[in-house]
Amino acid sequence: MQTSERKKPNYLNAEHTVASWLLTVDHKRIAILYLVSITLMFFIGGLMAGAIRTELLTPAGDLMSSDTYDKAFTLHGIVMVFFFLIPSIPATLGNFLVPLMIGAKDLAFPRLNLLSWYVYIVGATIGIVATVTGGLDTGWTLYTPYSTAYATTNVVLPAIGIFITGFSSILTGLNFIVTIHKMRAPGLTWFRLPLFIWAHYATSIVMVLATPVIAITVLMVVLDRGFGLGIFDPKAGGDPVLFQHLFWFYSHPAVYIMILPAMGVISEVIPCFSKKRIFGYNFIAASSLSIAVIGFFVWGHHLFTTPQSMYAAMAFSIISFAVAVPSAVKTFNWAATMYKGSITFEAPMIYAFGFMGLFLVGGLTGLFLGALGLDLHVHDTYFVVAHFHYIMVGGAIMAYMAGLHFWWPKITGKMYPEGPAKAAALIIFVGFNLTFFPQFLAGYAGMPRRYHYYPPEFQIFNVLSTAGASILGFGYLLPLCYLLWSLRHGREAGPNPWGATGLEWMIDSPPPPHNFDTTPVVNWEPYDYPAAHRDAAKDAVPEAASV
Amino acid sequence: MLLSLSLFPPQASTNAAEVDALYLFLVALCSLTAFGVIAAMTFFAIRYRRRPGNEVGADIHGSTVLEIIWTAIPFVILMFVFAWGASLYFKLSRPPEDAMEVFVVGRQWMWKIQHMEGRREINTLHVPLGKPVKLTMTSEDVIHAFYVPAFRVKADVVPGRYTTLWFQPTQTGEFHLFCAEYCGTEHSRMGGSIIVMQPAEYEAWLAAAPGGGGLPSGGSASLTPVQLGKKLFTEKACATCHLPAPGGVGPVLVGIYGQQVELASGATVKVDEAYIRESILTPLAKVVKGFPPAMPTFGGQLTEEQVMSLIAYVKSLSDGAGSGAAVPAAPAASTPATLAPAN
Ligand code: HEC
Ligand code: HEM
Ligand SMILES: [Cu+2]
Ligand SMILES: [Cu+2]
Repeated sequence: MQTSERKKPNYLNAEHTVASWLLTVDHKRIAILYLVSITLMFFIGGLMAGAIRTELLTPAGDLMSSDTYDKAFTLHGIVMVFFFLIPSIPATLGNFLVPLMIGAKDLAFPRLNLLSWYVYIVGATIGIVATVTGGLDTGWTLYTPYSTAYATTNVVLPAIGIFITGFSSILTGLNFIVTIHKMRAPGLTWFRLPLFIWAHYATSIVMVLATPVIAITVLMVVLDRGFGLGIFDPKAGGDPVLFQHLFWFYSHPAVYIMILPAMGVISEVIPCFSKKRIFGYNFIAASSLSIAVIGFFVWGHHLFTTPQSMYAAMAFSIISFAVAVPSAVKTFNWAATMYKGSITFEAPMIYAFGFMGLFLVGGLTGLFLGALGLDLHVHDTYFVVAHFHYIMVGGAIMAYMAGLHFWWPKITGKMYPEGPAKAAALIIFVGFNLTFFPQFLAGYAGMPRRYHYYPPEFQIFNVLSTAGASILGFGYLLPLCYLLWSLRHGREAGPNPWGATGLEWMIDSPPPPHNFDTTPVVNWEPYDYPAAHRDAAKDAVPEAASV
Repeated sequence: MLLSLSLFPPQASTNAAEVDALYLFLVALCSLTAFGVIAAMTFFAIRYRRRPGNEVGADIHGSTVLEIIWTAIPFVILMFVFAWGASLYFKLSRPPEDAMEVFVVGRQWMWKIQHMEGRREINTLHVPLGKPVKLTMTSEDVIHAFYVPAFRVKADVVPGRYTTLWFQPTQTGEFHLFCAEYCGTEHSRMGGSIIVMQPAEYEAWLAAAPGGGGLPSGGSASLTPVQLGKKLFTEKACATCHLPAPGGVGPVLVGIYGQQVELASGATVKVDEAYIRESILTPLAKVVKGFPPAMPTFGGQLTEEQVMSLIAYVKSLSDGAGSGAAVPAAPAASTPATLAPAN
């Protein structure tokens, strides 16, 4: 269907005005809006990270005041978590791909989708402006009663920013759930869905169920602070630890909002570059759902040092170990997918390898933290900082890069340059490990997190880490440059440069405004690689769309 | 050697060695797992790379047997790790009966420490070698956390309630004390040291300047917590209601520590530090059965140190049979010797 005229309009060139972008209801254009916004956020957050790492080169606080340092790590955390990582894969790749992968013309509620971007922009702008002008020094975790009664900085506005952004997650999640239920192409049964869709389905459930809790919690902080309600104030009979329960009741599931979509990306990339079906499809799909569900019952593992009851702590610990199992299952399945494959090493695959290595380390070090007696030592040290960066930066961002490279030809119609992309993947991998591995050691040696001044015996770890961070920062700048370069100079991609399965690869790149001229009818299994590849081998541009 | 030194904090408590053992076990287990997965992937990547004759992957869907194996085996191993970690935690949650007690009050940005024998210090805690020490802690403002890497222990210090932490030092020397919960500007400098001394030296240190070197607070600096509590018990008029024998407005406090009390609500509660604290600061929260809710609220009128002293005093009333008779009127008879835990 895409063969005849080469000049058919696509979603990028169909209209050119600014209004056509800012008022678009096309999920693909909204994905681009998100892509641009979160990239900006990433570099703002990255700037703060640079400031923090530079300060930590020496044990004394000599570059900035402690207050400035505290504001830097707070801004870093808030921007990276709420304004970058949570929307990252779902709002960009998810927005772009969910309708394409299920053969739909758009999401179920296109206007709601646009609204969610505006809500995000309003929330993020309030958050950033407030944090930059007044500054906020509570850490991204906003613990009470520091945030409610003692911080002299501007807590209310950034909190409102987080509150508002939350609604954009809820709207996106809602949109995905309805779309996946209602708009699948004929024949596309649940077990024919790509695992990327399963992952986004699980993520959406978490978004819809958990995000209201953080919204209410942040609102309680605002009320406590603004009107002295005293919910978290022991002097008024409130309980400051209650905040931590509420906060982590959202924020633990939120870490799955950040990692599940990443797992979805990896489940697409590895089969494609192994030219082989995914190993254990049902088990990977089921593990996404079980992670989403069990993930709601482990929040107390962030509170092992608080005065929660010993038996509660034990329950949270055992459930945390249980939730580690489905992640392990996924990892084994991805590795097994390569067995007897026909493996090539394009940049998305290299990024996916990077994900595997870093996610392994991140997940395995979670076991240290889940072990009660051991967590009492490493809680709130750099060990925790290293753990969650391995998963959320090492894992989630590596997967995001893998996905961005994998679908870049689909999104833009252009190929990125392979050499620089592979080099960047390697540089990021090396820089990442040099930055964060020493932090495990610093943490076990006893260095607490959020320390502006630190005892000199920890300097060696910090110097290594800062050195790594400069490599990492350079690594992250590379894709920005060559991906932008490819927009103008990249090779034409064609509909399916990777010989991949999946409906999105059967239409033009970039896709036409309404995705599918005729609704596809699906009568094949997902990851039908051996068969698909046999066709593709005969024909440079596969004709799969003829179905 | 140098390297190994810097990868571990000093191993200076009974707990430290046990935590390190679990840590090393996990390091080995996780290295093995990571190595296994990475080795498999590397092998596959080389062996099954695309080349003439291997253009297409094999048509494999999966293997239920394998899935069961690699679900069950990790599950069993993880349950073992859980049990190990939980048993350490269980021990750390139960201070030994004979532990020496110390009060700790955190505030932005210092640690105030009160020994039962009267000596106070700031940001430094002296303790004797080989004796279990139990800290009873609270905060005057935000949440802090008391963290001693060399002992591998940490506990949050929360305003409005008591938390406890215990350890048994096994090495003399000076060790880091950190605040591990972010608490504002000077968080990273809210620390100090733990100084572990030989018991004899420690006794000498205690005796050297009783009450000295600490906060001068209204001339009470030289009193032990029990003595200060006793003084407050009269000054704050507790003694008018709480008589040494039945007949007063309030219940007799002699001998109540560690007992079960029946409440007006029908529930029973064990008398511990937290309960006594609550009884003083918010008496209406738990009213004792058979008494009117007549006790005035002392919340906001006492400093954390004063509350701790009153508790120490109320506890001292349960120290052996004789001392009870001396409640309101006896001279400063509750000496450190009465209070000092049985060795
Ligand atoms: C006006 C009389 C009055 C004064 C003054 C008073 N109390 Fe009480 N107290 C009571 C009464 C009545 C109760 C029992 C009802 C209740 O639990 O609130 C009580 C209960 C208690 C209890 C719980 C006892 C138990 O058996 O469970 C403690 C502990 C206590 N008071 C300590 C103090 C201390 C310390 C002070 C001084 C700071 C103090 N009280 C001052 C009347 C008083
Ligand atoms: C798989 C994805 C995972 C993600 C995305 C993730 C993410 C995170 C994040 C963000 C934090 C720290 C938040 C903070 O304090 O600022 C954290 C801490 C923690 N993680 Fe994970 N984690 C994952 C896996 C695991 C696993 C498998 C376990 C245990 C079995 C685990 C146990 C813990 C514990 C106990 C903490 C709290 C540590 C402490 O503060 O003492 N995590 N994780
Ligand atoms: Cu968690
Ligand atoms: Cu602190």
